[in-house]
Amino acid sequence: MEYLNLASIICAAFAVAFGAIGPALAEGRAVAAAMDAIARQPEAANTISRTLFVGLAMIETTAIYCLVIALLLLFANPLLG
Amino acid sequence: MTSPLESLVLFYLGPVPITLAVVTTWGIMIILITGAFLLTRQLDLTATKRQAALELLVDTIDNQIRETSGAEPAPYRGFIGSLFLFILIANWSSLVPGIEPPTAQLETDAALATLVFLSVIWFGIRGSGVRGYLRSFAAPNPVMIPLNMIESVTRAFSMFVRLFGNVMSGVFVIGIVASLAGLLVPIPLMALDLLTGLVQAYIFAVLAMVFITSAVEDGAHHSKHKPPHSPN
Repeated sequence: MEYLNLASIICAAFAVAFGAIGPALAEGRAVAAAMDAIARQPEAANTISRTLFVGLAMIETTAIYCLVIALLLLFANPLLG
Repeated sequence: MTSPLESLVLFYLGPVPITLAVVTTWGIMIILITGAFLLTRQLDLTATKRQAALELLVDTIDNQIRETSGAEPAPYRGFIGSLFLFILIANWSSLVPGIEPPTAQLETDAALATLVFLSVIWFGIRGSGVRGYLRSFAAPNPVMIPLNMIESVTRAFSMFVRLFGNVMSGVFVIGIVASLAGLLVPIPLMALDLLTGLVQAYIFAVLAMVFITSAVEDGAHHSKHKPPHSPN
């Protein structure tokens, strides 16, 4: 029983830690590309930033999934009963 | 620490438990409905300040719908505008002391995502008929039917988890910081939370619009054009 608790806590931390790496890199790339596009075409800044926000939210969702999984492990773990 | 996945039951209405989130939702609905009623009671051709502000809001929503979908905003204005305003006020309701945003609870977000899921079907059928809507599942070719069916569920689910995760994580982090450092320290985080709340409300509305547009357009031009890009 205690091992299961321990494993849950460690796995929750790992889920958040490693789950944040991918979205962080991806968001960096997306923002860099958007900055590039705005620098080239400042008149399209409105459209670009709107699409950027939607895209960032999409990317962020993967990190949020990891967070939800971590919270499930910590607060609503089905194995711990 | 209380679990963010549980909800606080205030009282029972017969056998039905009424949670804090439900009461807050009712409050927000009352504010929105009475606000809309009072603001639109005396509309005039020469706009007063109040009416000008209202027209600015409606105009902005119309413009966003037009830019996102390329369609006339009239059929979508009510649904998308209500979604946006409700989620925005719900996210910002954490500014009132003692109130947690109802969008930080699983149930509210699940209900909102279900609304979007149903409205995609509704607008898709209204745009191109039952046959046209069902045929849009077979775009670009019939092999994609199971994938398209799964996609229509998973994108509603991802909207649900996205809104829940963002709002709940904000509330959760503020709770942790407030329990550690007390008085003034959580304020920058709360300011960040306001921004997140605005962006999430905007994104929820825009995504709902994107999904509705893709259903309508897939049904209408499924054989002529490539389906529009629909992010998931």
